[in-house]
Amino acid sequence: MTAVLSIQDLHVTIGRGARAANVLRGVSLEVQPGEVRGLVGESGAGKSMLGRAVLGLLPADARIGKGGIAFAGRDFLTLPERERRDLLGRQIALIPQDPMTSLNPVKRVGDQIARVLQRHLALSRRQALQRATELLAEVAIRDPQRVLDLYPYEISGGMRQRVLIAMAFGCDPSLIIADEPTTALDVTVQRQVLQLIERLRERRGAAILFVTHDLGVVAKICRTMTVMHAGRVLEDGETADVLTRPRHPYTRALLAATPRADRPADALRPVPPALIESLWSEAHRLDRLSIVGGT
Amino acid sequence: MVDTAVSVPMQQPSRWAIGFRRGGARLWVGGAIVAALILVALLAPWIAPHDPIEQDLLSGQLPPAWMQGGDTAYLLGTDSLGRDVLSRLIYAARVAVVVGFVAALLAGAIGITLGLIAGSFGGWIDQATSRLIDVWMAFPPILLSIVLAAVIGAGLTSVILAIVVVDWTRFARIIRAETAVQLQRDYAMAARVIGLNRGQTLRLEILPNLVPLVVTLLAVEMGVAILVEVILSFVGISVAGDTPTWGGMIAEGRQIIYQSPWVMAFAIGCVIVSVVGFNLLGDGLRTALDPVQRR
Repeated sequence: MTAVLSIQDLHVTIGRGARAANVLRGVSLEVQPGEVRGLVGESGAGKSMLGRAVLGLLPADARIGKGGIAFAGRDFLTLPERERRDLLGRQIALIPQDPMTSLNPVKRVGDQIARVLQRHLALSRRQALQRATELLAEVAIRDPQRVLDLYPYEISGGMRQRVLIAMAFGCDPSLIIADEPTTALDVTVQRQVLQLIERLRERRGAAILFVTHDLGVVAKICRTMTVMHAGRVLEDGETADVLTRPRHPYTRALLAATPRADRPADALRPVPPALIESLWSEAHRLDRLSIVGGT
Repeated sequence: MVDTAVSVPMQQPSRWAIGFRRGGARLWVGGAIVAALILVALLAPWIAPHDPIEQDLLSGQLPPAWMQGGDTAYLLGTDSLGRDVLSRLIYAARVAVVVGFVAALLAGAIGITLGLIAGSFGGWIDQATSRLIDVWMAFPPILLSIVLAAVIGAGLTSVILAIVVVDWTRFARIIRAETAVQLQRDYAMAARVIGLNRGQTLRLEILPNLVPLVVTLLAVEMGVAILVEVILSFVGISVAGDTPTWGGMIAEGRQIIYQSPWVMAFAIGCVIVSVVGFNLLGDGLRTALDPVQRR
């Protein structure tokens, strides 16, 4: 079985010359068809950068030093711009982090869902709007017909996230990158949105790369997980294995720092600064080696 | 499915009604002044009591009808050649309206296009356009218009051209900055992720968000264009001499300011009211259309 997403030894640098900073230092990971892979790590670990690299949304001053991204066996980085755009939205979709700002404020909800359907599925506007109604019903929005006619500012944050989820699943993509899709939502809404993503995935069978810093979310919906820090993969495996028998000290520290209902609150320990320190100095040592090695 | 379903609050009053209410008095007063101006210009031949160039040398410099020595046949009095001031003001509105609308729309079309291109491509294209705008704006605008109109020759077309050539920078500068800002927003990124190319993103997603800004700029520019036309006709390089213009009337009235100040006063009054009207309308429309303020 070909992996739907295969990232090999990906290096990404932001900025040039003396101000250049490595954000990804040789990341490799694979997502199999239908797999839900959690991608966890603290802020600055490079997990969002990885998602953006896959979507071709790296900032203008970012550079892919070496490594490759393959989508369903096709080299994504050398793909002509036009062919890549045909894949975006069609085969690879994004559930963005912030539902409040990710919808166009001056476009009706219906038009925005219809746009992606019309772009990829050769539907007429009417058919696209009809399909959008079905999609909204599928993400459990009551009275979808009426919501189509509303503007984003007229609906709640949870509802906007549902709309974005509907858009992501709209063309039945084979890979969805969910970039912390529940971070900006209330805890009660978070649960519903997670259930929704899970249910849609079961029905549609898309693979999901679930970027998050919440181990609880990973435990709930991801079968496999990857732990990142300082732009490197530290640990990778079945979620159940990683969470019960973490091999890397950083993963262990992360678990100890996560609140759990079955443990007293005072058992919580922050990730030891010395550990973080040593991880960063290791990363910087690798940077120096790669410069000497002349990549 | 019912457990996670969400619905929207019941329908609020129509968005148009809300927008118009929010526009407030400025929208109404500005709109009324501009509408009146357009009506007067359109209906000039029917509402003007006299032929604007018909001379009645025996009743030259008559004061307005309500003043000592006034004649009810000449409501706002006559100028030194005995031409009816009211009729001349009414006909002059035609030139003002045509110049205001055509010049503003053309300047807007050029400025908005260049602004969108500069703002979205960035790099050297942006640099080149921005420097061009800087150099352009270093010229005193009125002087440049006068020189241009003098070089191209008198006439309606050259007045419009002179205004367009000078004033496209007002649009380009602001639209460029706003395009760059909008492109940084999450929704613009979301548009790229569904596979829209640069042109589609600009046209379908960014431009609709610039509409409030564009409308405001257009309204203000119409006022500015009217003002420039007045200045050009004041110095005598606007339309042909026998066509009444507000600027021309101010110039004529200046000669007889001590004997019949009303000629100049009424013309100046018309200019002020029109420019204020356009500015109020622009302001009101911005408030009414702005989606950010809709919240």
